[in-house]
Amino acid sequence: MSDEEEIILSELNDDELVDQMFDDLYDGLKEEIEEATNILLERGWEPYDILTRALVGGMTVVGADFRDGILFVPEVLLAANAMKGGMAILKPLLAETGAPQIGKMVIGTVKGDIHDIGKNLVGMMMEGAGFEVIDIGINNAVESYMETLEAEQPDILGMSALLTTTMPYMKVVIDHLVTTGKRDDYIVLVGGAPLNEEFGKAIGADAYCRDAAVAVETAKEMMSRKHNQMSA
Amino acid sequence: MTNALTKLLETRDWLLADGATGTNLFNMGLMSGDAPELWNADEPAKIKALYQIAVDSGSDLFLTNSFGGNASRLKLHDAQNRVLELNRIAAELGREIADAANRPIVVAGSVGPTGDIMEPVGDLSHADAVEMFHEQAEGLKEGGADVLWLETISAPEEFKAAAEGFALADMPWCGTMSFDTAGRTMMGVTSADLVKLVEELPNPPIGFGANCGVGASDLLRTVLGFSAQGTERPIISKGNAGIPKYVDGHIHYDGTPTLMADYAVMARDAGATIIGGCCGTKGEHLVAMREALETRPRSERPTLESIADQIGGFSSAQDGTEDDGGAPKRRRRRRS
Repeated sequence: MSDEEEIILSELNDDELVDQMFDDLYDGLKEEIEEATNILLERGWEPYDILTRALVGGMTVVGADFRDGILFVPEVLLAANAMKGGMAILKPLLAETGAPQIGKMVIGTVKGDIHDIGKNLVGMMMEGAGFEVIDIGINNAVESYMETLEAEQPDILGMSALLTTTMPYMKVVIDHLVTTGKRDDYIVLVGGAPLNEEFGKAIGADAYCRDAAVAVETAKEMMSRKHNQMSA
Repeated sequence: MTNALTKLLETRDWLLADGATGTNLFNMGLMSGDAPELWNADEPAKIKALYQIAVDSGSDLFLTNSFGGNASRLKLHDAQNRVLELNRIAAELGREIADAANRPIVVAGSVGPTGDIMEPVGDLSHADAVEMFHEQAEGLKEGGADVLWLETISAPEEFKAAAEGFALADMPWCGTMSFDTAGRTMMGVTSADLVKLVEELPNPPIGFGANCGVGASDLLRTVLGFSAQGTERPIISKGNAGIPKYVDGHIHYDGTPTLMADYAVMARDAGATIIGGCCGTKGEHLVAMREALETRPRSERPTLESIADQIGGFSSAQDGTEDDGGAPKRRRRRRS
């Protein structure tokens, strides 16, 4: 503990409180995030504004520092966990108010690949960024991806592989999307330790994401492009 | 402590470890998604052939086919009840090949990560992790492994839990981490951190170091980071044979035997004692590495510049061991 005086969240004005939430997310303080979320609700904030301005805003800082090698996985997981605390409060309210969704993603490791830490991280970071994430776990065949895409109608399909031997299966899934005429229905993001941008292009993905932070940034960017196209 | 590895280290100033397990097994027809460890029981001839590649290519030690042989990983294949059996056979097959060789060969019982994230961030408790590592260690011990070989670890908590499990099995061990994220492990451990961690353990490893990661250059930088700490403990360097590339529908590693030979010599000059490969490293790479280690004289400790010139650039500008503590600092906290 520092010598600084204990901060009473409810005594901060809105701007100070949001700044404080950025710091508390950064430090992974779940209870503080939950408390601050409730305070903003009491002050009449729209759930959607709390989500985007405070929670997603704070996680963007975490993501940037993760990308830049300042924060590492343990800190990011704690931050995402704190974010989830706030999200749990907001989720039912968001549904009630019919707030716009940031986006929806289906994610899973490909057939043959059972290494899921990377996928789990991306899932948590995406949730941290306000996306709805449907995690279909490990070792997914084409059929499993297709079934879930059909049922969930996500914006994004995320595929992960850690092994060099399983990476090529991503192409099998993408090829299947192409032949069934569904390729353009989804943004396809791929990731995993042995992959690189060249590979992502070679198999026809929309993007290769080097790490979870890049996945979030890429997903946001592609979603905004998609929205622009729709309104154009 | 007398064991085959310590004995060998007393007579030699470098040892050649082995290359890839997974990559080589896939070349023998292992299908993606299958647990390589099941082959210990189902395809013992192929596992022996894998070990034989290392021996015939000049390795002084090889790792057993038991990387994913802990209960947590085997559970994915519904084989969590076969931990003792699969590890025992992995070591027995290794014993058979090593004992038939005409020179001393160390059988190192490979132990990989649980794949779970440990408390407080994740769900795996320290006690459960220790238990899993202990169980695997007992299997490898029963099968006749000379030492245990912890590899590709990223979390310090998991490294410690494994050490504790190995102590329960009363086995000597070596341990390496994978430095694949801006020169650190995924969990943020720097090369300097690992040196410190190792010395704090009640049962420190015989040797410690780095494996896998992102290419030979990064690995050499990590080795320089270890030796800069002035450690007396043998340093292990097991780097991948270059970087995986996607060509015509399958993957191959772009590191040539020539590159791996250069890497091996530079690793030795950087302070490593036990040198080998990891993913993508085949017999031909090992042969070139052995030849280089035997014929090329020792030279000065490489610099980051000479590594970049000879082997290639680094994946990140810094690796967290710089005087300023590496990359930019964390944001200021308003409270703690």
